[in-house]
Amino acid sequence: MKFSNLNAKEKTASVGLIIFFSLISLVALFPVISLIVASFSPSSDLMRFGLAPELFFSAFTMENFDVLFGGEAGAYWRWYLNSLIISGVLIVISLFFSSLVGYALALYEFKGKRFIFILVLLILMIPFEILMLPLYTMMINLRLVDTYFGVMLPLIVAPITVFFFRQYCLGLPKELMESGRVDGCTEFGIYARIMAPLMLPSFAAMAILTGLMSWNNFLWPLIVLRSNDMFTLPVGLATLLTPYGNNYEILFSGSVMAIIPIIILFLFFQRFFIAGLTSGGVKG
Amino acid sequence: MSTKSERVSKKTSRSNILYSKTWAPYIFVSPFILSFLLLSLYPMISALNMSFQRVVPGQVEYIGFSNYERVFNPVFYTALQNTTIYVVWTVVILTIIPMILAIFLNHRLIKFTNFFRASIFIPALTSVIVAGTIFRMIFGESDAAFANQFIQFFGFEPVEWRYSAGTAMFLMVALASWRWMGVNVLYYLAALQNVSKDLYEAADIDGANAWQKFRNVTFPAIKPIFIFLSTITTINGFRMFEESFVFFETTSPGNIGLTMVGYIYSEGIQRNDMGFGAAIGIVLLGIIFIVSLIQLYLTGAFKKEDS
Repeated sequence: MKFSNLNAKEKTASVGLIIFFSLISLVALFPVISLIVASFSPSSDLMRFGLAPELFFSAFTMENFDVLFGGEAGAYWRWYLNSLIISGVLIVISLFFSSLVGYALALYEFKGKRFIFILVLLILMIPFEILMLPLYTMMINLRLVDTYFGVMLPLIVAPITVFFFRQYCLGLPKELMESGRVDGCTEFGIYARIMAPLMLPSFAAMAILTGLMSWNNFLWPLIVLRSNDMFTLPVGLATLLTPYGNNYEILFSGSVMAIIPIIILFLFFQRFFIAGLTSGGVKG
Repeated sequence: MSTKSERVSKKTSRSNILYSKTWAPYIFVSPFILSFLLLSLYPMISALNMSFQRVVPGQVEYIGFSNYERVFNPVFYTALQNTTIYVVWTVVILTIIPMILAIFLNHRLIKFTNFFRASIFIPALTSVIVAGTIFRMIFGESDAAFANQFIQFFGFEPVEWRYSAGTAMFLMVALASWRWMGVNVLYYLAALQNVSKDLYEAADIDGANAWQKFRNVTFPAIKPIFIFLSTITTINGFRMFEESFVFFETTSPGNIGLTMVGYIYSEGIQRNDMGFGAAIGIVLLGIIFIVSLIQLYLTGAFKKEDS
C-alpha cells in the first residue's frame, strides 16, 4: 500500500506506528550500540562500571583493541579458539545425529516410534539444571572434566533439534525413498544422497540454533571446565567481571569480538533461521 | 570384469542390514536412545538417589530424608521467593508485550517491518555474559551511569541498582526481557500469518470495534502460541541462573539475587554438597511440574473441544 493512497487519519496512524517502532528498535539496539561505542572509548573512562555509555564517541580510540590484538589479552584468544572448536564440531556432530533421529521418526514406520517421540518431548521439558549434578559426577568418573568432549556431550543429540528435524521431515515426499530402494540404495544412502539435500533449509536453521546454543552456553561449561586455558568465551569473559580486575579493555573489546561469529552465522543463514523459528517450532 | 549376476550376488551377500527397512530406523534413532539412557534417564535416577545421600569425596552414605528436611530453610525460601517473583514478571512481560508488538508489526499501515523485526531480534544473539556486561555498565552505581543520569533528568535520586532487592530484580527481569522480546514477537508474528483477512472484513461489516476484533478474531488465532510461550517462559524462569550470575556471581547482598538453580550451584558444585544440591533439584522439579500443570489447566490446554 502506497503512503500517498492513505487518507489523513491513516497517514497519522502510519507515522505514529513508525515512530513507535523506531523507539522500540532504539531500546533494543541501544545496549549493543553502547557496547560498541564503549569498546572504542578510552579505558580510563571505563575504569569503573557505570561511566555513561554514550551514543557518540567521547574520544575515539583503538587502545582496547590494541590490548586484544597486541598480545596482552592473556588467554582471551585461547577461549575464542575453544569456543570456535566446540561450536564448530558440535554443529557438525549434532546436525548429523539429530537429523537422522528426526528423519527416522518422521519417515519410517517402526515399533516404538510413538514412544520415542514422547521421550523427546519429555526431555524437552525436564530442566537440564536438575540433571547437572549427576552429570557432573559422571564427567568426573569418565575423566571428561576440563575437556572439549565433556562440554559438548549434553548438546550432541539436543531434543529441540531432533524435534525440529522431525517436524521438517514430515513434509518430505516418501516416494523418493521408494525410488531410491528400487535403484539399490542402502537405507543410509537414501538419507545421505536423496533426502538430506532436501533437508538443507532445516540444516541451515539448526546450524544457527546449535551454534547459538553452544556459543552462548554458560552454566554447563562453567561447571565442567576447570583450567583457564580450557574456558569457553562466556566463561572466560565472566572471570573478567569480578570487582577486582581491571581488564575492562579486554572485557569490552572482547565482548564485541564475541558477538561477531554469531552475527556472521546469523546473517549467512538468516532467511532459514527466521522461517525455522517460526514454522517448524509450534503448531496449534 | 564382473558379470551382471555376479554383481547381483555381491549385493545380496553384502550385510543385509544396510538395506533393511526394518532395522534402519532403529539404527538411525540409536544416538537418541543412547543419549537418553546416558544423559537423561541415568542422571534422573541418579539425582533422585543422590538426594538421599551424603556425598563426601570418596564415600557415599544413605541418610534418608535428611537432605529434604534441610531443604526447607530460610535461604531456600529466599531463593524460591526470588525465582517466583522473577517468573511472574517475565511471564507477564514476555507474553503480553510481544503480543502487542506483533499485532502492531502485522498492521497494514506499518512500514520497514523487516528492519524493526531484525533490530528487536538482535539482542537474542548476544550471550548473557556479554549482555550482562552492557547492563552492568548502563545500570552502574555511579551518578554518571546512563540509567542514573536518565532518572536524575526526571528528578529522581541516583540508585545503586545492584544493591537492593527491588532494583536487583528489575535488572534481572530487564535483562531477560531485553534478550527474549524479539524471539517471542517472531513467534506471535508467525501465528498471526494464519489469521485470515476475511475474518477481519466480516468483523468490519458487523461493525466490530478494535477490542472486539482482538477478542474474537486475533486472540483465538494466537492463543496456542500464548499458551506455549507462557509455559516455556515459566519453565525457563524457574531455571534462571545466568541473569543472576552475571550481576552477582554467586553471592549477592542478603541473597537478593539468589535463584533456585543458583542455590543448587552453590551447594552442589561450590560447597560440594551434592546430595543436598540434588534434593533441591528434585524439589525444584516438583515445583515446575505442579506449576506447569496448573498453568496448562488454567489456560485450557486440556480441553479438547477448544476451538
